[in-house]
Amino acid sequence: MWERLVWGLVAVAGVPLVLSGYVFAVERALSPFAARRRNALRPWLWLVPGVVLLAGFLIYPVVHTLVLSLFNATSTRFAGLGNYVHIFTERSMLTVLRNNLLWLLIFPTVTVVLGLVLAVLTDRVRYQWAVKAAIFVPMAISLVAAGVIWKFMYQYQPPGQPQTGTVNSFLSTLVPGFQPRAWLFDRALNNPALIFVLVWMWVGFAMVILYAALKGIDEALLEAARLEGATEFQIFFKITLPLMMPTVTVVTTTLVINVLKVFDVVYVMTNGSLGTDVIANRMYKEMFNYNDFGRASAFATLLLLAIIPVMFMNIKRFGRGGRA
Amino acid sequence: MRKLFIAVAMLAPLAALPAGKIGGKVSVLGVWGGAELETFNKMVKPFEDRTGVKVEFEATRDLDAVLTTRVSAGSPPDLAVLPSPGKMADLARQGKLVDLGGVLNMAALKKSYAQGWIDLGSVDGKLVGVFPKADLKGLVWYDPKSLKAAGLSDAPKSFDDLLAEANAAAAKGVTPFAIGIESGAASGWVGTDWLENIFLKTYGPAKYKEWYEGKLPWTSPEVKSVWQTWGKIVGNPKLCYGGSQYILSTNFGQAFIPLFDNPPKAYFHFQATFIQGFIGKQFPALKAGEDFAFFALPPVKPEYAKSAEIAGDLVGMFKKTPQSAAFLDYLTTAEAQAYWVKGGNGLSPNREVPLSDYPNALSKRAAQILTSAEMTVFDASDMMPGKMNTAFWAAVVNFVSDPDQLDDILRQLDTVRADAYGK
Repeated sequence: MWERLVWGLVAVAGVPLVLSGYVFAVERALSPFAARRRNALRPWLWLVPGVVLLAGFLIYPVVHTLVLSLFNATSTRFAGLGNYVHIFTERSMLTVLRNNLLWLLIFPTVTVVLGLVLAVLTDRVRYQWAVKAAIFVPMAISLVAAGVIWKFMYQYQPPGQPQTGTVNSFLSTLVPGFQPRAWLFDRALNNPALIFVLVWMWVGFAMVILYAALKGIDEALLEAARLEGATEFQIFFKITLPLMMPTVTVVTTTLVINVLKVFDVVYVMTNGSLGTDVIANRMYKEMFNYNDFGRASAFATLLLLAIIPVMFMNIKRFGRGGRA
Repeated sequence: MRKLFIAVAMLAPLAALPAGKIGGKVSVLGVWGGAELETFNKMVKPFEDRTGVKVEFEATRDLDAVLTTRVSAGSPPDLAVLPSPGKMADLARQGKLVDLGGVLNMAALKKSYAQGWIDLGSVDGKLVGVFPKADLKGLVWYDPKSLKAAGLSDAPKSFDDLLAEANAAAAKGVTPFAIGIESGAASGWVGTDWLENIFLKTYGPAKYKEWYEGKLPWTSPEVKSVWQTWGKIVGNPKLCYGGSQYILSTNFGQAFIPLFDNPPKAYFHFQATFIQGFIGKQFPALKAGEDFAFFALPPVKPEYAKSAEIAGDLVGMFKKTPQSAAFLDYLTTAEAQAYWVKGGNGLSPNREVPLSDYPNALSKRAAQILTSAEMTVFDASDMMPGKMNTAFWAAVVNFVSDPDQLDDILRQLDTVRADAYGK
């Protein structure tokens, strides 16, 4: 216990201490140089710790993973593209890829649209803070906890029995003649049911960010449109939405990156059974259940390749924003 | 063990501990939760009091992954329950497991354990795993009173008799079976127990061995027929409470509940001996033997009537310390194993645990079946390579969801077989 506290303190106090020490050391080292020289060198020297950490903890593992993905399960024999061929031809693997595509198409779309609708609508109610808080709260829950909560929510009891799952109980009370469903164990429903959990988690995030963008729009602009006789719908689609577009794109890319990596919800709720497996969960299984370094690395590489373009877009956008 | 105490006694002045106390701690990774964990804690208590060693237990249902990660990260627990004999062999050959020949008193162990248990825990002639508890699988649990009221027999002669009786009951509107196969990352294992028992009681131990060794294809007529036989129960919504959706979504630890509803919603529940502890925890008022009992799954072919499937939790040692050695030794003793037995959480592989320690007639009967069986086999899925085992679990889930896909499911299992045994 004490040991941990001490280490915690060392980490909290030590890291800034070491870094400021480094800055001082750089100044010392630069002192012999002329002022112009100093200014040119300083940023590069300041970059060194960051670059070293990045190289050690990011670039090296990425390269290593790439190499491993070209080897067999025990990394003893070169396998070429064998692991990738397996992923793109084996049937259960194709299901995994299909599911990620499904998540990728449905999750960001639904979340952004829902977030947008909520941002616009809550703007017009008096108790908006309460509504917003209720929608934002799931964001604070860990994904694993959300998975467990929703496993209970989706619980199933045979028709005619008291329904212990909130969803089934709610629907059978409201909808006459509703037959309870095993949401997570019905091939037609399980993927949407899982995707919904992540939507529930993230819609608050989308709403809050989009609301901020909404508030950033000049009221005078909307006022002018109203005076010109534009309907509220016209105002929304012709003025508000186009002005919010940059924010919508940022939110969407954030969601896309997150959905590509989706793991916790699937792992906790179905562990990929009945056609619900996704890349990250399959990667985990290949790695930790099957000890197959090759295939696990191949999955990791694929995931990385899928995320890089999105990251790139995001960074480019940030860059533009900074200059503007 | 005694040597250890002497060694410790010599160190005692240094450590300033009361005589006989070792102090320190031992980390243990395992699967025990719920009723089993309670028993484990009770069992640990006297050990901790006596030795001063603190037992730090960590439980997970995703044992394979957690253990693999800890081992490959170089920070394994001192002791761990091993996911399966197959996994144990892998770990032993990688040199991760301590040879227990130098840790435990082998002469004493050989006296209290049947050779079969020692063989199961040995790899290449070295003992690397011991069984602190065992389970008898393939039992059909029931409530004697409600069974009688429904006019069902508690001693069907053959599997066909059981099935005929179940179908007759279903025709009268009574649902005979309560099944639940959900178990987190290990969902489906309940079904593998069904299939293994049906296999054993149809084709016998020799074929059974061929099957788990990967020599018998999943698409072979033998294996396929076993799935079809089980399909007659699990694929028939009239025979199973709640139908396939209920089977898939109900946790194995709660699947017996419909038997004890008033009026009962089902009459038969298939599970190993350990479920007695779960029933006792869920319904403390029920008396074992009076309010619930079991019969062994009847044979499909009469020549295999005296066969039984067993399973057990294997414990292996990753780090040899005085504490881990003392605790492992304790786990193999009759004293420790009596806790599992008394808690109704399983049977003891240690033959020095007296039958009188078994809490009721019911567990005595299980212990008797265990010792009198002429053909005893170990859980087949546990004997398969890890990859095959998880694929088998998943196949069960797929089969329950859609039994018509059987051919496809078996073909998939064969592709995994080609991969999993291929080393």
